[in-house]
Amino acid sequence: MTTAIEPGKGGLRAYLTAEVSNSPTQASLQRLYFGCRRFAENPLAMIGLGILVVLLLVAIFAPLIAPFPMNEQNLGRRLLPPSGAHWFGTDELGRDIFSRVVYGSRITLQITLLVASIAAPIGLLVGTVSGYFGGWTDTVLMRITDIFLSFPGLILALAFVAALGPGIRNAVIAIALTVWPPIARLARAETLTVRSSDYIAAIRAQGAPAWRIVVKHVMPMCLSSVIIRITLNMAGIILTAAALGFLGLGAQPPMPEWGAMLSTGRQYLLGSWFLAAAPGIAILVVSLGFNLFGDGLRDVLDPRDE
Amino acid sequence: MSVTDVNQPRETISRRPEASKIPPWAWDAWRIVSSVAVTLLGLLALTFFIGRMLPIDPVIAIVGEQADASTYDMVYKQLGLDKPLYVQFLYFMGDMLRGEFGNALFTGNKVSADLMRVFPATIELATIAITIGVFVGIPIGVLAAVYRGSPIDHFARIIGLLGYSVPTFWSGLMGLVLFYAILGWVGGPGRLDVFYIDIVDRVTGLLLVDALIAGEWEVFQNAVSHIVLPASILSFNAIAFISRLTRSFMLAQLSQEYILAARVKGLSKWKVIRKHAFRNIAVQLLTIVALAYAILLEGAVVTETVFAWPGFGRYLVSGLLAGDMNAVLACVLIVGIIFVSINLICDLLYRILDPRTK
Repeated sequence: MTTAIEPGKGGLRAYLTAEVSNSPTQASLQRLYFGCRRFAENPLAMIGLGILVVLLLVAIFAPLIAPFPMNEQNLGRRLLPPSGAHWFGTDELGRDIFSRVVYGSRITLQITLLVASIAAPIGLLVGTVSGYFGGWTDTVLMRITDIFLSFPGLILALAFVAALGPGIRNAVIAIALTVWPPIARLARAETLTVRSSDYIAAIRAQGAPAWRIVVKHVMPMCLSSVIIRITLNMAGIILTAAALGFLGLGAQPPMPEWGAMLSTGRQYLLGSWFLAAAPGIAILVVSLGFNLFGDGLRDVLDPRDE
Repeated sequence: MSVTDVNQPRETISRRPEASKIPPWAWDAWRIVSSVAVTLLGLLALTFFIGRMLPIDPVIAIVGEQADASTYDMVYKQLGLDKPLYVQFLYFMGDMLRGEFGNALFTGNKVSADLMRVFPATIELATIAITIGVFVGIPIGVLAAVYRGSPIDHFARIIGLLGYSVPTFWSGLMGLVLFYAILGWVGGPGRLDVFYIDIVDRVTGLLLVDALIAGEWEVFQNAVSHIVLPASILSFNAIAFISRLTRSFMLAQLSQEYILAARVKGLSKWKVIRKHAFRNIAVQLLTIVALAYAILLEGAVVTETVFAWPGFGRYLVSGLLAGDMNAVLACVLIVGIIFVSINLICDLLYRILDPRTK
């Protein structure tokens, strides 16, 4: 099946669509290619991906995109409605709301990535250890997981923030503490299917210590589903972080965090609705982006639903 | 909050010993009781732990910075802080189980009294919201499944996605601007207009019920105009949750052969859906609705803050902002207990109502 129609590009396509793959690398590249193609056929998922790409670009190039510095005050031009100069209007201190929303994307992205990179390893560790060792270890760890799961996420995050004190760093820790339990459940389920396979038995027969088996041979098998799961959770993380900011317990002013901006906008709601409108739409669009992307990802990787 | 968790089967904690003479129901009862006890203990331990993480010195919070050493020591001993940690935990457990949550410093009342006062407002709000959620969510879900791939299905999908993506604090604020400030269709923040407050005697704490008991029609109307918007905003997430799961439950039923058989027998499409498919998902739906109700409590924290609704969520947030751990821990513990109870009730309902689980 190597009939290269166009040289170069056609060769690659033929390589990716060949009916018989000649190497493991080719096989996994083919799987990736067909996965991407299925993803690309889903318009909603592509919209989600588009939103996330835009978010990433905006966050990276924020200083170039924003027409004003994020904290530049101009009391002579406060609470102006949207106009050509100030696309989303100005806030109570005369700061350009558009610029602040643009810079806010950095904070949102940071929070989400930080939460994910704290929660995923915790969940992965608890889940794999629990699943691999079984017995009492499993019972105790899963009980603890269940207890964390028996609180609604936002309430538990609020309780942790109350104990740790308000602020963006503590908000990240608090949210991470509420996100890991479902991941641990998932990692445990994956571990249970991997545990009894022959290759694990072979490594064990060679005398590898348990921690080595867990870290080097079980964890990598769980990694992909954990990553998918955390992607699906991203929208929830964003909404929780924004809710904490809105309640005055997350990011603190003058930080241009969207939830905190909404909270200030609330005080000027009836006269200047646009103060609250723009950051809210930003939260909505980004969390919609993550939801669409996550849905698409799940459809590609787990076609059971359809 | 995630949808996928709901479909996963619950794991049995331990298997009944085959040879034992214990009857199955007693074993089940023991399993449930022990699992609830362990979870409750865990809830208490977690709240205790959160309380100890506090950077604020609890003694100074009570006696103030200027207190001399002897006063400090006295309060230190009174709070039991000189005892070992597990003794402190036992004290804490005893207090919590007796409903002794201590005093809320920011209201000056007992936390238990405060909670009794604020909870009905939340129950009222959440009940109206879940009613909206059920009567809008289930029909959307059923229609989306029956007309799969049609515009209705796409509409349902969009509703679902938006319900999961819209920050309720934002939609609440925008709702206030549009429906209250601009259009004037609904009442503003709070449960009543100022001049209606305290007309009706408090009987149940549910304002709508109390107004009807007192026969105050005007107060009732005013209360309705105040609750419509927050309840609708709060219900949006429930609509998304319920419609999405109704759709997937319904799809699973519609693809089965008994549906086809009933159609072949000559029953009309909607009769099959109503009498066969829907009846089979009814128990699943019941548990989903119960779960959605529990999730509404979480949403209430934000919604109540936006609408100045004097309920449990606003109480929790005020306690948080005032740094009042007694109030916060009591709220967190109670929400945990409600969550666990609702899950337990769902489990039991499932066993009792669905013959397939036997």
